Amino acid sequence: METDHGPLLRVEHLVVEYRSRGLRAPKRVIDDVSIEIGAGETLGLVGESGSGKTTIGRAILGLAPVTSGRIVFDGTDISGLRRRERRDRAQGVQAIFQDPYSSLNPSMSIADILVEPIREGATAAKRARVRELLDAVGLPSDAGSRQAREFSGGQRQRIAIARALALRPRLIICDEPTSALDMSTQTRVLGLLREIQERTAVSYLFISHDLGVVRAMSDRTAVLLGGRLVEEGTADQIARDPQHPYSRRLQMATPVADPELQARRRRERLELLREQAAAGVA
Amino acid sequence: MSTEQVVSAVVDREVAPDAARPAAPHDDGRRGDRVGRRLLRDPLAVVSMAYVAVVIVVGVLAPVIAPYSPDYVDVDLANTAPFTGDFVLGGDSSGRDILSRLLWATRGTLLACVVVLVVSTVVGVTGGLLAGYFRGRTEAVASWVADAIMALPGIVLLIALYTVIGPSIPTAMAVFGVLIAPANYRLVRAVVAEVRGELYIDAAKVSGLSDLRIIFRHVLTAVRAPIIIQSGFVLAAGIGIQAGLEFLGLGDPRVPSWGGILEQAFSTIYLNRGAVVAPALVVSLTILAFVLLGNALRDALQGSGRRRPATAARVAEARAARPAPSAAADAEALVSVRGLAIGYPDGLGHVRPVVDGVDLCVHRGEIHGLVGESGSGKSQTAFAMLGLLPKDAVVLGGAVLFDGADLLADAGAMRRARGTRIAYVPQEPMSNLDPTITIGRQLVLGLRAAKRMSKAKARSHLLGLLARVGIADPEAVFDMYPHQISGGMAQRVLITGAIAGDPELIVADEPTTALDVTVQADVLALLRELRDERGLGMVLVTHDLGVVADICDTVSVMRHGTIVEHQEVRGLFAAPEHPYTRELLSSALDPEEA
Repeated sequence: METDHGPLLRVEHLVVEYRSRGLRAPKRVIDDVSIEIGAGETLGLVGESGSGKTTIGRAILGLAPVTSGRIVFDGTDISGLRRRERRDRAQGVQAIFQDPYSSLNPSMSIADILVEPIREGATAAKRARVRELLDAVGLPSDAGSRQAREFSGGQRQRIAIARALALRPRLIICDEPTSALDMSTQTRVLGLLREIQERTAVSYLFISHDLGVVRAMSDRTAVLLGGRLVEEGTADQIARDPQHPYSRRLQMATPVADPELQARRRRERLELLREQAAAGVA
Repeated sequence: MSTEQVVSAVVDREVAPDAARPAAPHDDGRRGDRVGRRLLRDPLAVVSMAYVAVVIVVGVLAPVIAPYSPDYVDVDLANTAPFTGDFVLGGDSSGRDILSRLLWATRGTLLACVVVLVVSTVVGVTGGLLAGYFRGRTEAVASWVADAIMALPGIVLLIALYTVIGPSIPTAMAVFGVLIAPANYRLVRAVVAEVRGELYIDAAKVSGLSDLRIIFRHVLTAVRAPIIIQSGFVLAAGIGIQAGLEFLGLGDPRVPSWGGILEQAFSTIYLNRGAVVAPALVVSLTILAFVLLGNALRDALQGSGRRRPATAARVAEARAARPAPSAAADAEALVSVRGLAIGYPDGLGHVRPVVDGVDLCVHRGEIHGLVGESGSGKSQTAFAMLGLLPKDAVVLGGAVLFDGADLLADAGAMRRARGTRIAYVPQEPMSNLDPTITIGRQLVLGLRAAKRMSKAKARSHLLGLLARVGIADPEAVFDMYPHQISGGMAQRVLITGAIAGDPELIVADEPTTALDVTVQADVLALLRELRDERGLGMVLVTHDLGVVADICDTVSVMRHGTIVEHQEVRGLFAAPEHPYTRELLSSALDPEEA
């Protein structure tokens, strides 16, 4: 699990603030969040809209400003790196985004999209690598000459996964990678991600609003509310026996695909809400 | 099954052409070919392109094809009318051939065009790219400069400039290029500002590409089409300005120019009326050609790609091929859909069905789930029940029977029922509220459109309902604008609007998909309570099996436009019959079991 420098990724007391217009105080989106991800491990990050889950991922990727705190990847602090330095030191962190339609340039061929991150090497080597990547995500090797717009949502997300793999990353930030996909497509894409992890021992930061998806993918889960981490534990513990009042509300609000169980859960949820209201917890 | 087998099975399915999915709107594979073909199909484009081509050829070959040198003088032919002497288009006041001078002058025009185009594009596009991509201070400075240039009176400046630079048309045109560069700048900046929000720019940043490479690879391609379109108009303006300057005598008198020839002909108009016609025509036609070409390019590059609508004969054919609705309507049912079939033109004159023979029956107090994946036709079925199908949809057959009338065939009955007896709860609460008017006003408007009611009465009725759907301070919310409330509240407001007309049936299209799970649970509870209080029938379109298990009484599973399975909810989850239902159920992820 641990590398020589400790965990693969260590986020320490991360604070992200956005400047507001005028003289108002800056808006604090992430408030003192610390997380760790070991090699080959998946950390699930759950939260609702506005909880800041996407911002944490973007801060790690260098796409959101780090106001204070440290992001240590493989022993080096990568927060606040310039693009050029990032390229040398943080190449091991890649990303898969939520919307496979916006994340692939519609006017480029698949081969161009996959080759883009790769800088060194001869054309032939690059071409071989494209075939290898397409193969790794279960797409036919002739897909490279086609345009992104010719593919369905699930296939596009496979292409996005292939692009993330191009630089042989050690950590992939998966930001709601299946929330735009149909259920059966989601199952296949999640299966692919798990298979890649088994093969390459890559780590995932798996961001989602869906407890079911997070449960299926994660080793550990962190629950985010309003930019703060309210609870962290093994995926099993957070799924079955969450401790924080908000985690419990989240657990009870997530419907299960079974009418009998769901009817029971509905009653439990009302009880929980009454209890929490009586106890005056937020 | 090994992983390889799973993967290849998956790929086969995903790569198979998905008939149910309509082509993406910007599905422009082999884009260049298509643009070319579209241009060639537009007669105005063909004519203007041909004209421009002729102008270019004439300019290049002027020394060869001009009958005389531009400075050849035959005093006898001075001020001769067109078609009278050796000079076909007549002679000017100095006895020079107008035709030859026009041909030679084309070269100056072409040079001016190139100068204007290059300067305005280079200055405008570079500025726009940098400002749009980097924002912040770069954008502030660039926009200030652009605004300042736009505020300058162009033609006055060019005339004033004449005193400094002398009669040099290329220099004047370069200055003019700078003067119209802000138009390009603004265009490019707007396009770039849009593109930089795309996730593929983020992806490129994450993979370590430098800003310069991102601009060249991802941003510039997006800017290309608008700039090409704009160029037609820039050229037209450039030619007009150039001819104008020459006409005012600010050109080089030693070099023939269209504006200069026009000016000379104009000064001798009482001696030789016909001489002005040719230069005036040449300038006007060239400007016209560039404007029309710009329009045609815009249509070809940005056009909707007008698809061929389905012909009446094809529609009739497709309708005839459909069997008549078989089962008789259930007398007990609140609404019953019988043999519904909906198609869309496939762009080649045929109709492709997306809903094919759907039977559906909803009783009072029943929540009927319509479940399926994207492209299964579930939303189309719901919209047909509301009479809200898109314009190009073709109803191929079937009926929606509600209270004895077929709503699909009888538009009047549909209008009377919709909003009062049949209500709609949409998927995206925010985009279904008008951001410019208060929540109260839009609710009152909706209610009074459906029912005759005084404003005051509508208001008190709606305030009561807002309190009922769980809005804590209805009076305050009544006077708020949509952006001031949360998504969950917006959905409650829309549910208020839906129940305000006292409906018997509610059609809800993924009513909780856009909401957080904690809010979703509350909204589902609210829908259930309303059903119990009012005995509402409900059609609930969803892809989420958790939602189905939570709220539905009966479920129809849709795939490829047909209902593959219909069951009472407990039966469906306990003993699914159709393999597709089983596949769907197996893809549901339990939040507590790994």
